[in-house]
Amino acid sequence: MAAFSVARSSCGLINGLRTSFRSLAQVKHGAFVASVPQTDMRRDRRWYSVSHLSVNERIDIKRKAALVGGGQNRIDAQHKKGKLTARERVELLLDPESFVETDMFVEHRCADFAMEQDRNKFPGDSVVTGRGRINGRLVYVFSQDFTVFGGSLSGAHAQKICKIMDQAMTVGAPVIGLNDSGGARIQEGVESLAGYADIFLRNVLASGVVPQISLIMGPCAGGAVYSPALTDFTFMVKDTSYLFITGPDVVKSVTNEDVTQEELGGAKTHTSVSGVAHRAFENDVEALLSLREFFNFLPLSNQDNAPIRECHDPSDRLVPALDTIVPFESTRAYDMLDIIHTIVDERDFFEIMPNYAKNIVVGFARMNGRTVGIVGNQPKVASGCLDINSSVKGARFVRFCDAFNIPIITFVDVPGFLPGTAQEYGGIIRHGAKLLFAFAEATVPKITIITRKAYGGAYDVMSSKHLRGDVNYAWPSAEVAVMGAKGAVQIIFRGKENQAEAEAEYVEKFANPFPAAVRGFVDDIIEPSTTRKKICRDLEVLASKKQVNPWKKHANIPL
Amino acid sequence: MGGGAGRDQRAALDYASLSTTAFSGKLRRHHVAPSDRHSGGNMAAHGLTPSLGRLLFAVKYGSFQSRCCALHSKSHYSTVYDPTEKTFDKILIANRGEIACRVIKTCKKMGIKTVAVHSDVDSSSVHAKMADEAVCVGPAPTSKSYLNMDAIMEAIRVTGAQAVHPGYGFLSENKEFAKRLASEGVIFIGPDTHAIQAMGDKIESKLIAKAAKVNTIPGFDGVVKTAEDAVKIAQEIGYPVMIKASAGGGGKGMRIAWNDDETRDGFRFSSQEAASSFGDDRLLIEKYIDNPRHIEIQVLADKHGNGLWLNERECSIQRRNQKVVEEAPSTFLDPVTRRAMGEQAVQLAKAVQYSSAGTVEFLVDSKKNFYFLEMNTRLQVEHPITECITGLDLVEQMIRVAKGYQLQHKQEDIPINGWAVESRVYAEDPYKSFGLPSIGRLSQYQEPLNISNVRVDSGIQEGSDISIYYDPMISKLVTYGATRAEALSKMKDALDNYVIRGVTHNIPLLREIITHPRFISGDITTNFLPEVYPDGFKGHQLQVDRRRELLASAAALYIAAQLRSQTFLGDLRVTSTPVECSRWELCVELGEERYSMDVTKAGNVYTVNADGGTVEVSGQWNLSSPLLPLTINGSHRMLQCLSRDATGRIVLQYLGTSFQLRVLSKLTAELDSYMPEKVPEDSSSILRSPMPGTMVAVSVKPGDTVAEGQEICVIEAMKMQNSLTAVKQAKVKSVHCKPGETVGEGDLLVELE
Repeated sequence: MAAFSVARSSCGLINGLRTSFRSLAQVKHGAFVASVPQTDMRRDRRWYSVSHLSVNERIDIKRKAALVGGGQNRIDAQHKKGKLTARERVELLLDPESFVETDMFVEHRCADFAMEQDRNKFPGDSVVTGRGRINGRLVYVFSQDFTVFGGSLSGAHAQKICKIMDQAMTVGAPVIGLNDSGGARIQEGVESLAGYADIFLRNVLASGVVPQISLIMGPCAGGAVYSPALTDFTFMVKDTSYLFITGPDVVKSVTNEDVTQEELGGAKTHTSVSGVAHRAFENDVEALLSLREFFNFLPLSNQDNAPIRECHDPSDRLVPALDTIVPFESTRAYDMLDIIHTIVDERDFFEIMPNYAKNIVVGFARMNGRTVGIVGNQPKVASGCLDINSSVKGARFVRFCDAFNIPIITFVDVPGFLPGTAQEYGGIIRHGAKLLFAFAEATVPKITIITRKAYGGAYDVMSSKHLRGDVNYAWPSAEVAVMGAKGAVQIIFRGKENQAEAEAEYVEKFANPFPAAVRGFVDDIIEPSTTRKKICRDLEVLASKKQVNPWKKHANIPL
Repeated sequence: MGGGAGRDQRAALDYASLSTTAFSGKLRRHHVAPSDRHSGGNMAAHGLTPSLGRLLFAVKYGSFQSRCCALHSKSHYSTVYDPTEKTFDKILIANRGEIACRVIKTCKKMGIKTVAVHSDVDSSSVHAKMADEAVCVGPAPTSKSYLNMDAIMEAIRVTGAQAVHPGYGFLSENKEFAKRLASEGVIFIGPDTHAIQAMGDKIESKLIAKAAKVNTIPGFDGVVKTAEDAVKIAQEIGYPVMIKASAGGGGKGMRIAWNDDETRDGFRFSSQEAASSFGDDRLLIEKYIDNPRHIEIQVLADKHGNGLWLNERECSIQRRNQKVVEEAPSTFLDPVTRRAMGEQAVQLAKAVQYSSAGTVEFLVDSKKNFYFLEMNTRLQVEHPITECITGLDLVEQMIRVAKGYQLQHKQEDIPINGWAVESRVYAEDPYKSFGLPSIGRLSQYQEPLNISNVRVDSGIQEGSDISIYYDPMISKLVTYGATRAEALSKMKDALDNYVIRGVTHNIPLLREIITHPRFISGDITTNFLPEVYPDGFKGHQLQVDRRRELLASAAALYIAAQLRSQTFLGDLRVTSTPVECSRWELCVELGEERYSMDVTKAGNVYTVNADGGTVEVSGQWNLSSPLLPLTINGSHRMLQCLSRDATGRIVLQYLGTSFQLRVLSKLTAELDSYMPEKVPEDSSSILRSPMPGTMVAVSVKPGDTVAEGQEICVIEAMKMQNSLTAVKQAKVKSVHCKPGETVGEGDLLVELE
């Protein structure tokens, strides 16, 4: 667990003034942390343990103290960095006056390194926890307070988080974590590490029971990163949030790489390169407002159906534009997002991981008010092929939807799995199998629309009839085949003279939806313009779908 | 009605199923005219033979449609289509877009089968789908498709079309094309070759006009040889003078000179420009007209020496010599001038044995002196306004004349019924030089056909692409009324109800023009736009009360959306406790300003205290509709919601112009002040290959200017062509790839400046 302390130091919590900091922001950040124990703490009156006050007065004083966290100077410093305080964030995230706080009086229990002194105790410690409402719906929230010991995780801090997570599990409501923490509280040593583990365990147990969302709004390093990693969705704030196992200093000393915090673990890196984060937002305010919007798509727990919001968009709306969207030349690309936007309610599509593995599009939308998960191959990027990253991205999304009763709508235009040494060595077989596994085990309503190509194994994978697709449609432009005409002809008619003629024959036979339709592998060939209407009707019927997989302790997805 | 009903049904097809046009009810009367049972039935049957579901659908609704038409269309039209008059069996339309659709509609009405030609990218375009047959004549660039005479001739042979309607542009004034058609015995629906030739050359046409006693601009008839010649001639005519290229058009090779020196310079520049633009450096000099108006006379002549003038069109509102708003009749002409212009126009037509529809353009100065400018030997873009006020179907007349029939009308039969205005709706950005082309896909598109007396001629539909290859015109929006005020008021409503998403369009500019006091009073010249907007067009400038209305609408919309997001249906395991609230404190940002406001709600009515006043806003608050009809302080307003997101950003189109607003709760606004200003990231000037593949095509070369979204190159990977596009408008600095090359992921392809 050296990683914890390593991470901490790289974040400059205590040894903030180390000379090796490169960026200006870091220096500021370090400097203010270092100044903490000496100055403003002493200026703030020492309210608690003052025995001649009545209990009521003491309650008042503690409550007031809890509300200002680390004090006005730290709050100002937080604002100066373009960040909001833990409480401001909670206030913005939840409906007005809906927040019910728990554990406001909890204090850390560390007695070493002068931590037991009054000036080092803060009511509530370095996290704000409680429950509230988002658009009227129940949610549990914790928000780490960077103004108190840099948001570092003490035993008490972890205990507070565990408490609301346990409550969330018992009532069945989502947990949202607003992360802004320097890491473990070094003074507490193993107690802090134990705290992390307690949270991890709860993250794991809650997984698939209630939705868990992490919004990274500041540093999150070392072991701390594994809590967001275990949650269902990780969002980040651009320029002010970082996620990494070890900071740039350690990276330099171990691998001799020069890298900035932003490059190593900033929002851009994690949303476009590593795929750790699912989306990034411009700043705290936009992130929190967007999170409210996102929350509306989710059911409260695995006992609930996908929520249905009042819908103004007619469910039988025809979309004539879809009749011409797929280009005549099967080699020309189009934007799958155009299809998705026109079909879903009010063109409202909350895309997950929009900048990572762009050859597959996943996200939430509504059909006639009901939340659905959308998966679509993106012909515009790398021809919409399936590769390692897109398979993993798709698989995780499908499993989330399945866990939380969200119907899955799949738009298929896939030329196959991406060939090449990079993919094979990277384990495309193992990773591709994840997507296959996810679609196959899913028991939620599954509707599939083949818009154009469905070639080879990728056809099977993309929520095909064979994997228990409930309704599988093909557009007239669909081609379901083992491979494209050219490749197929080269194999079937190897060495024969008139390849062109053979190719034409193959196209005639296979480059259309009939081979699949006559076998019942697609239920119907539909006019693209009627797609929305049909999906809405099918979802209505499938709302009562019941399907149970064989009992097992758990499945063994190829990780 | 037997055969007649059959015809009605077919004719209703183009209105019912494609509904790209709403002839103002008047044209429809043609369909319900008593008709010959036998031939009518035949034609209906013809029309159905190549049938698709589309046709059947139309037929199903057709009879209902036509009956409706009959009810409300008695009054206007003077012409009756005579179905016994046999014209052609099949016509090929050598054009695309709205004009091809326009011609096809009349053909369908007349029971003529149609053949569309199209380029490969147009294969699913409206005109290709609308025609009975469609032939691909080549790849996207016009020189290889719509101007490809060989391919079009071949299409004529293959389909057996008896005549060709060229529309406007492309081959419409190409005498070579007319000749080739004649040599194969195919009829060109337009004037004879010699008329095209005579009117095609500016010097020659001016000489002919002069000989036909048509007023011409004082000037030198011949070719100007040297700069000194030019000065001498200019002095004779009197300054100011205009020097222009004989072969010119579109403002190229044109200079205005106010004195001898400018004349010398102008001569030099114009001849250079003319030589490089047209390969012909002949120049002419003429008097420059002050405060000119561009007024043109529509003429119609047959092959038997009869000619008519169908009144004028005022086309003064132009930018870069392209018309933007047209109207008929003109506010400026009195009956005497109109008659004089019309008669001269017909004289000119007769002088060149003109047949078919044509347009004689005049410049009219502030004293109502008019001077011949040029004659266009084709159907004009703006012909619908003439159709609206005269009741004639010009395409029908062109087809009849081409077949050799005599004109049905006498000059005294030609009326001016009411007033018609046309706005050219373009996919272009009006904030840049009154309109630079933009491209994109029409993600949402809804024509304002629910309003009466609105006609929309368009050749696109929702989902169509506006590409770089062709004219960026979206449609011609025509409104019609008994008076000019009525037509303009309809135009205002039509523009407000017109939904166009996915491309930048010029509706902001159009709406500003038609509501400008100078335009309303009829005080316009060809310099209207630069005079009214000397610093360029900036969109609608909100007055205080209008601004308050906009702010209030945004606030009310925000709250309606907030309330909706708390409305969950179905059984809930955990009860939902929506925020009980009927009063909100909000903060709305518009431009640089922030306005705090106070909103209360009662039913569907929001009362907003904002910006020093109270506004009552009510509406249905349908959050999925692109249109946002509201009642603001008792008066109806049509707003459009262009976008709305979770962070409070709302873009509203109000009074034609789109405004970006941000609505925040008071708390959010306070906390938002801590958020740092972010410098927008430089949208990358470097284009890298996103994947390994083979370069199929590189569409740019260094020095080219690319528009945002324009294709830069195409990479083939996995047997798919991936088009890489420019993320911003820029000049191409360097190109590092060429077709046929293999590129790896991340390879530098193109650098922009």
